[in-house]
Amino acid sequence: MAEDQYKPHPSRDDAAEFRYHRRAFLVMMALFLVAPMVVYPVFVMKALCFALFACAFNLLLGFGGLLSFGHAMFLGMAGYVSAHAAKVWGFPPEFAILAGTAAATVLGVFAGLLAIRRQGIYFAMITLALAQMVFFFSLQAPFTGGEDGIQAVPRGTFLGFLDLTNTYVLYYVVLAIFTAGFLLIYRIIHSPFGQVLKAIRENEPRATSLGYRTDHYKLAAFVLSAGLAGLAGATKAIVFQLASLTDVHWSMSGEVVLMTLLGGMGTIFGPVVGAFAIIAMENYLAELGSWFTITQGAIFVVCVLAFRRGILGELEAWLRRRRAG
Amino acid sequence: MTEIFGKPLPVIMGQMLIGLINGSFYALLSLGLAVIFGLLNIINFTHGAQYMMGAFAAYFLLNKLGVNYWWALLLAPLAVGATGVIIERLMLSKLYKLDHLYGLLLTFGLALIFQGAFRHQFGSAGLPYSIPESLSGGQNLGFMFLPNYRAWVIVASLTVCLGTWFVIERTKLGAYLRAATENPSMVQAFGVNVPRMITLTYGFGVALAALAGVMAAPIYQVNPLMGADTIIVVFAVVVIGGMGSIMGAVVTGFGLGIIEGLTKVFYPEASNTVIFVIMAIVLMIRPQGLFGSR
Repeated sequence: MAEDQYKPHPSRDDAAEFRYHRRAFLVMMALFLVAPMVVYPVFVMKALCFALFACAFNLLLGFGGLLSFGHAMFLGMAGYVSAHAAKVWGFPPEFAILAGTAAATVLGVFAGLLAIRRQGIYFAMITLALAQMVFFFSLQAPFTGGEDGIQAVPRGTFLGFLDLTNTYVLYYVVLAIFTAGFLLIYRIIHSPFGQVLKAIRENEPRATSLGYRTDHYKLAAFVLSAGLAGLAGATKAIVFQLASLTDVHWSMSGEVVLMTLLGGMGTIFGPVVGAFAIIAMENYLAELGSWFTITQGAIFVVCVLAFRRGILGELEAWLRRRRAG
Repeated sequence: MTEIFGKPLPVIMGQMLIGLINGSFYALLSLGLAVIFGLLNIINFTHGAQYMMGAFAAYFLLNKLGVNYWWALLLAPLAVGATGVIIERLMLSKLYKLDHLYGLLLTFGLALIFQGAFRHQFGSAGLPYSIPESLSGGQNLGFMFLPNYRAWVIVASLTVCLGTWFVIERTKLGAYLRAATENPSMVQAFGVNVPRMITLTYGFGVALAALAGVMAAPIYQVNPLMGADTIIVVFAVVVIGGMGSIMGAVVTGFGLGIIEGLTKVFYPEASNTVIFVIMAIVLMIRPQGLFGSR
């Protein structure tokens, strides 16, 4: 699976890279801190949830080289569990979110054990099929509410003192969750574990011959990605007070692939950019119905044919060329 | 009334028949996927949309041009196959040097475009397509009633599958094809136009999907999303069978259709998921698929 376009940063000085990431991170955080004063906060919260979802997905695709076409199962299942925990069991929001995340992690262990038995295209088909199974389960299981989903989920009080019925309090809690997830993913990518993962992506037989149990690493990456996708889904259910079939449907799995591809797979900030772009587009094109689907498809085609590094990948390549020249 | 495990025989037979019908389509669709995958190394995500386009082409031919079912069986696959040739020439051919995943992403995007465009044009409600005159009615087999059209679908699907198997495994053309699957550059060195062969193979695979669509039109309603969920089941069928052999695709397709039908009788709650469960079990025991080779 060693392909040029997968390499996010060929031969760049680590210190320079760290400085670039720190600067970009500070700019991003500054934008998010003031965003609710300028933009409708619910829109930004939705985009933040999807950005975390896309970052979790990118951990698996961009750094592990594994294309999962079923990540909606983690987003959706975590949403159901967290909504159920908050509404029926009366969990406070922080424990509801934890319960959802834990459910997605456990699901990730089982799905991962099955999916990593095959590679490449088969891996994508297996994850898609497993997600479809979870979709039908969600349609029929008594606790998910079938077509209606779980509605009117109480937001409650976060950690006992943050009243989430206030939109601004909710916004900064969501931002904190996103930031924690984002930094965790950054840490994972730059840990020795992340390095081994990249080595497996580039050349699995060589990683095996160096003595790494590649299956263990792939499974760990899958479970981490599933859990973080679950964190995004659980948070989303609390924010929108709703867990529904939309979040487990295969089109959601396609959407997160699109966000990552458009933003730039294998880049740190690309999935965030991609998520905001797609959610903004959805906002404006939603009333046009099938045009949104057509546009999504067209973006896929254009990205694959002409624009494989995505927005951030192209931008970084351009900056690098300018610095070199 | 005869009963098996507490279920009346006609009910079981009825669901078996539905299972065989579904299996006919699984077999045809997974056969097309396997043919395309063999030479192009691409999983054609657009397959479900092309199946849908075949059904729509039949609908159009009948209602706008007055062309009957039998001509549609020939013309619709040709038309949709031609669009496949264009897609291969303009887009897929640019991706062969890249990671195979890009082919999957591209064809997924194309599926979204086609499904979105047809939904925009025709809405999500199904359009009816009537059974051709000569195949209406049915036979009373004593233990069950067999509609003629359904019998025809099973026979036609089996014939097409066996025909494809014969061409690929037993003719000179098929030998070229198998050789090109093994080692394209060597075959090219012998003077065979491999790129053209790849283009035509994709066109043929797409035409198979469209043919399945025409046959499906009178059974299921013609609907822009009719292929969207089917293709996911077919992916599971392909994972279970493995894409190594043509016969494997056919046997797995029919077999899983029957199992799905029987599940509807004995444990209806699981009928949607049974194929995925079987996929999980096969992955645990024999990850390369029942007929797959490493």
